[in-house]
Amino acid sequence: MRSRLTLSGLFILATLLVLSAGACTKKTPPVARPIPPPPPVTTAVAPARPPAPAEPVKEPAMVPTAPITEDRVGAVTLDEINRNSPLKPVFFGYDQTDISADAQRILDANAEVLKKNATWVITIEGHCDERGTAEYNLALAERRAGAARTYLVSLGIAGDRIRTVSYGKEFPFDPAHTEDAWAKNRRGHFVVTQK
Amino acid sequence: MTRTTSRLVLVLATVSAALAIAVHAARLPEQQPPAVSLTITGEPGSLPRYAVPDFIALSSDADTLDAVKTIGQALWDDLSFEREFDMIPRDTYASIPAARSLAGIPFDRWRELGADALLVGTVEKRGDAFRVEVRLFGVKQKQAAYSRELTAAATNPRFVAHTIADEIFQTQLALRGVARTKIAFVSDREGLRLTGTVESRVVKEVYICDYDGANQRPLTTNRTLNINPTWSPDARSIAYTSYRRGIPDIFISNIYQGTMENPLRSRVEENFLPAWSPDGTRIAFQSNRDGNAEIYVMNRDGSGIRRVTSHPMSDTTPTWSPSGNQIAFTSDRSGSPQIYVVDVDGLNLRLLTRESYCDRATWSPAPYNEIAYAARTGGGLDIFVLDVATRERRQLTFGEGISESPAYAANGRHIAFSSTRGGKSQLYTIERTGKDVRLLTRIGNNQTPDWSK
Repeated sequence: MRSRLTLSGLFILATLLVLSAGACTKKTPPVARPIPPPPPVTTAVAPARPPAPAEPVKEPAMVPTAPITEDRVGAVTLDEINRNSPLKPVFFGYDQTDISADAQRILDANAEVLKKNATWVITIEGHCDERGTAEYNLALAERRAGAARTYLVSLGIAGDRIRTVSYGKEFPFDPAHTEDAWAKNRRGHFVVTQK
Repeated sequence: MTRTTSRLVLVLATVSAALAIAVHAARLPEQQPPAVSLTITGEPGSLPRYAVPDFIALSSDADTLDAVKTIGQALWDDLSFEREFDMIPRDTYASIPAARSLAGIPFDRWRELGADALLVGTVEKRGDAFRVEVRLFGVKQKQAAYSRELTAAATNPRFVAHTIADEIFQTQLALRGVARTKIAFVSDREGLRLTGTVESRVVKEVYICDYDGANQRPLTTNRTLNINPTWSPDARSIAYTSYRRGIPDIFISNIYQGTMENPLRSRVEENFLPAWSPDGTRIAFQSNRDGNAEIYVMNRDGSGIRRVTSHPMSDTTPTWSPSGNQIAFTSDRSGSPQIYVVDVDGLNLRLLTRESYCDRATWSPAPYNEIAYAARTGGGLDIFVLDVATRERRQLTFGEGISESPAYAANGRHIAFSSTRGGKSQLYTIERTGKDVRLLTRIGNNQTPDWSK
């Protein structure tokens, strides 16, 4: 892909150069005193080039694309998976650790993803908003992560594929001090740790 | 040992070596016992008025000229901290001629200024050390109430002042001063981003500073999340929760040896919030090793783990009673987090608080029998103190941001806490009476203080 772009780019560049060279020669009229006509060499080169390139430049485009795609899939890192994670976060009510109907729907979908990707091992991170204490929030967030894990296990996901880590209120998703931010921060966040 | 591990060990060793040097330098050989002959009092109904001018330089090098000012100012600050002395502002001393030796003190001039007590001293540099001589004079009596000679490495003049201040508190008031105690906390001040996470997250490391916020320096350098440091009773080790291996687990840094311990070596379970027993042999902590958050006690080396609580709801945030027989902790078994007390063997459980939400009990040292904690007030958190015997409670902070994580000073008269009252989270100290709030930190977010004993 890249080489094709580069070569056709070169061709376009070359053509432009030649054309502009021609244009330049035409656009240099004598201003104060007559200038001797440009050496014939430059004008001679310009018309010679354009017809030639078309076919040879296209040849490198034959670079096979399929193997590259395969390699790319093989090279997807955990970071890349997690950056566009198919595993969506679940959210909790203020001081709550129970799995709401909304959260159930998200976990149902996450369970499907985990069934399709049977080798994935995940960590569910428990998080809280800033309004609780730093210490108790460690226990609250732990219970949130645990509740999400229990639900996934009830859907048939093997328990040894799901670890939990509580972060209390240490890592808010949204650092603002608003109801909106707090709602986003009370979450179970999914991270793929092994694929 | 992998390369990463050895590098970490090296970094830790370097940091600890630096700490060790600082502390070695600060240790003062006892050269003569403080001599006490007089208790200086103020006018009837008033505190004794203290003046602390710059010390007298007996050598003329830059270190000495700097030290005489540093020691004078630090001593004035230290002596003001307990608010048992009426400290005369240092900018009012200018009219009094500076003494050239401890023999030539113009006592009458100090008396005119209203001083009851005058603390004067000399500093002389000898090699890499300072030789310091101090007298606390009763101005009326023109007589020394305390005198001391000491030699200290020239690197830490503030510690000379802290030592003298603590001895004056002891000899004049029979009060344990806290000028030589330290505060451990966590800070994100470096603003380093955690690696290996998609969300942007900031590293928090354990830091140490003097009781007044001076000498702030990092203890850990593992570039992960480290939270809730606690001092061992001998103030030579700090236990904390670290996510350095991904899973939260308890680590102990021996700060003057540069060594680190990981007593539980957790693989799956999460261990949090270590709390040292008063004799330093055991550590209480919170763990989900049996499925949900419970309180456990282990020996310092991770052996002899015993479960203290047992309830399907969460039991968290343990703290020891000064006697070492009881543990206060937080449980949400009633529906909201409240503070309970239980004997270390797990018996005799009782509820202490009836707040809407409270946590992080910290038990005062004698002579007070109080528990400080953070409780929800409206949208935020405030610091409260509960008298364990009478169950009377008083509020220390009032609705300025989120104030939490109280920790008692060794003499029970002060409490360190963190608060977002100024925007970011910073450390403050406050008297147990609710007076005299002092700001300790200014850079980054600083949280979960613990005060050395």
